[in-house]
Amino acid sequence: MQYYDKLIFELSKKGRTGYSLPVNKFPPAPELPVELRRETPPDLPEVSEPDVVRHYTNLSQMNFGVDTGFYPLGSCTMKYNPKINEEIAALPGFNGLHPLMHAGLVKGALKVYQELGRALSAITGMEAFTFDPCAGAHGELTGLMIMRQYHLNRGDTARTKVIVPDSAHGTNPASAAVCGLEVVEVKSLADGRIDVEALKPLLDETVAGIMMTNPNTLGLFETRIKEIAKLVHGVGGLLYYDGANMNPLMGMVRPGDMGFDIMHLNLHKTFSTPHGGGGPGAGPVGVAKQLVDCLPDLRVSGFHGNFGILLRAYAYLLMLGRQNLKEVGQYSVLSANYIKESLKDVYKLPIEGVCKHEFVFDGLIDDGGHDGVPGATTLDVAKRLLDYGFHAPTIYFPLLFHQALMIEPTETESKETLDAFIDVMHQIAAEAAEDPSILREAPHRTPIRRPDETAAARNPVLKFKDA
Amino acid sequence: MLVRIGVKKLDDLYSDVPKEFLHKGAYALPDALSEQEVRTYFEALDRLNARMKVFVGAGAYDHYTPAVIPYITQRSEFLTAYTPYQCEISQGTLRYIFEYQSMICELTGMDVSNASLYDGPTAAAEAMKMAVACAKKRTRVLLSRSLLPHILKVVETYAKFHGVELGYIPAPEGQTSLDGLQAGLATGDVAGVIVPEINRYGIVEDHSGFADAVHAAKALLIEYCDPSALAVIKSPSEWGADIAVGDAQSLGLPLCYGGPYIGFMAVKKEYMRKMPGRIVGQTVDQEGRRAFVLTLQAREQHIKREKATSNICSNESLMALWVTIYLSLTGPEGLREVNRLSSDGAHYLYAELLKTGRFEEVFPGKPFLKEFVLKPKEFPGFMQQRLEKAGLFAALDTEEGYVSFCVTEKRTKEEIDQLVHIVKEG
Repeated sequence: MQYYDKLIFELSKKGRTGYSLPVNKFPPAPELPVELRRETPPDLPEVSEPDVVRHYTNLSQMNFGVDTGFYPLGSCTMKYNPKINEEIAALPGFNGLHPLMHAGLVKGALKVYQELGRALSAITGMEAFTFDPCAGAHGELTGLMIMRQYHLNRGDTARTKVIVPDSAHGTNPASAAVCGLEVVEVKSLADGRIDVEALKPLLDETVAGIMMTNPNTLGLFETRIKEIAKLVHGVGGLLYYDGANMNPLMGMVRPGDMGFDIMHLNLHKTFSTPHGGGGPGAGPVGVAKQLVDCLPDLRVSGFHGNFGILLRAYAYLLMLGRQNLKEVGQYSVLSANYIKESLKDVYKLPIEGVCKHEFVFDGLIDDGGHDGVPGATTLDVAKRLLDYGFHAPTIYFPLLFHQALMIEPTETESKETLDAFIDVMHQIAAEAAEDPSILREAPHRTPIRRPDETAAARNPVLKFKDA
Repeated sequence: MLVRIGVKKLDDLYSDVPKEFLHKGAYALPDALSEQEVRTYFEALDRLNARMKVFVGAGAYDHYTPAVIPYITQRSEFLTAYTPYQCEISQGTLRYIFEYQSMICELTGMDVSNASLYDGPTAAAEAMKMAVACAKKRTRVLLSRSLLPHILKVVETYAKFHGVELGYIPAPEGQTSLDGLQAGLATGDVAGVIVPEINRYGIVEDHSGFADAVHAAKALLIEYCDPSALAVIKSPSEWGADIAVGDAQSLGLPLCYGGPYIGFMAVKKEYMRKMPGRIVGQTVDQEGRRAFVLTLQAREQHIKREKATSNICSNESLMALWVTIYLSLTGPEGLREVNRLSSDGAHYLYAELLKTGRFEEVFPGKPFLKEFVLKPKEFPGFMQQRLEKAGLFAALDTEEGYVSFCVTEKRTKEEIDQLVHIVKEG
């Protein structure tokens, strides 16, 4: 990767353009009334097509993607994105459909919705799916709206609380707040699972439901899920499944069978659609039979969700088929456990035992700190990994451990890649023990090195003209 | 690998899962297909869809996509990366988001843009929440009746669950009424007002006096806009808006049956810390080089959890790149020309349709750009069917019993003449 310092605005030359239009054969339309006209034109860059192509090609070369290398970002399921999916999504008969075309004009698109819905139901044990939500958090919000709607439809207006474990993704409590629900946190036990005894006193007829990730954000299966489901259902609450961690359950376990009533899937995680630098994703929401009636009234996005993403996910699913589904789950779990067992000699493993698709270390066992020399932190390990050509794991999440390092390898990585990562992680641990400053000053080989984030927040420069 | 883990077989990796939850038997899924078969399958599905010339807008606009955009956005360094958590190896993403923010600020005239929201309607819903959060005690938000129906529906859904009371401003003459706005504000509990710059009838609204009225009531003015049209019409900032939102799909994104699109939001500086979504800021690295990072993160869900300004995490980043490249290619003059060609075509169609004698004007003399409504003199079903048969998607029914048309720069004079000819034949 090479540092490239231009912004597109800095390439601008008056009168240059990268765009052409057909000759205008129409009589001129009447001018807009003066009071509706813009006074000063927007100061957009004026550049040629080659300027644009070179600029963005250069920008891309400062970026790391799944196609660049191993990307073990916990909870994000950075699996390989099959290339055929991109070609499918670009087919003109799909791409050119206007969202307000009636059913008779979009038969192929509707078939994709029906068949994908059926397939996702089979995989998850849910009765039906809505495809309107555009991302995971959007799915959570939609799912919680369904939860509230279900209670309201039954005339049950007192259910204003939702229980969220302390290990939950930040989006869970945030989605609950957007949905007008009060968040009640339930603690985890030392073994990383929900404290069922602590849950019991929280349960009453004011509880709308509980949001859970299973396996949870530590990558641990909530072994007492049956009991939890019984308790929550017992007071009339519902169980919401955060599908961010669905990958290890593919072909093995269905959330519906564990007692979950509502769930979302992150198609950009579990179903291989590219993450796009932070979206677009898709967060379809599945519901159990008794909740199907709550779906139609909820309009959470403008049209029919991110159709282009659904196409990619369905192409992926068809190539998997029923024959290969199980391999997704099993190999993702195999990869995670292999890394965990290979590195626990030098990184603190707070909770022993088999994990699912991801696990969390609590920093280095020997961080190299001594006699006033500060040791290497999880941040330092992450930054050092960049020097070795790997993306860093998720760091400082979940909040249960101070030096959390959350590793999710996915099923699409070869043993050779996993071994190379394990070797580098050992090497980094050895470097830390010997001279932690190597880590603390890392990265050394990236286009930029540890920018000043405090200054960025204190004196915000948020657009070209602020600088 | 199993040996190192200390288990005998793959199934042992699920020993922590209660047996009753392990799925038994086959999943009800299709058989696995090869890549070749998948391609054939989707090509067949693709052919089931109609290939139409699009003469409808209503929130999704058929503008031309220059070849450079898919070419660049398919680069895997952009496509297969995620949120730029590790800024040292994400400067590509961070820089284009910064450029995107800069361009959205140019178009809207606002101070600060975020990195994108899901789509226009959800951006409006976020703006509604933001107005209420800024106002603290006042909990009502006014919506103009002239907003497109899909925007109203999404905002209404969010409002219902977030606990926001909505009020409506009438638009009796094809434009949000200033008297109606003032009446709505008179209750004293209004936190924000959402009005469209171009409304559901395609009319470019006159918002003279709106900002003064809204600000006198200590509420926020939220302008919903089509960013493409902002090259020629008054910017939200020129109308005195506090928040600008809308869908940037009109900046060269394919129709794609409604998504992925991209919601945008830009605000005045004083509301920066109340804004939802990611924001990229400029700083320097250890060696003094210009660098870009995610910033003002104390607003966000991964830090603030239930106290965050929004639950949004993944957004529409790649579509922000799409928009950024589009605006780089068109520049200010290209975007102006897109508007001119679309508007000239739309006015030509408007005039020609009136000449057929089959329509009445609904809002005579009201200014529009690429989109307009007419009132059919007879039941329009047969005409719509004939248009459809000819491969023209046009004359969309509206809730008011009008039909709506839209002309972008992609529609040729020949196509428009064909449309008019079919209408004329009756």
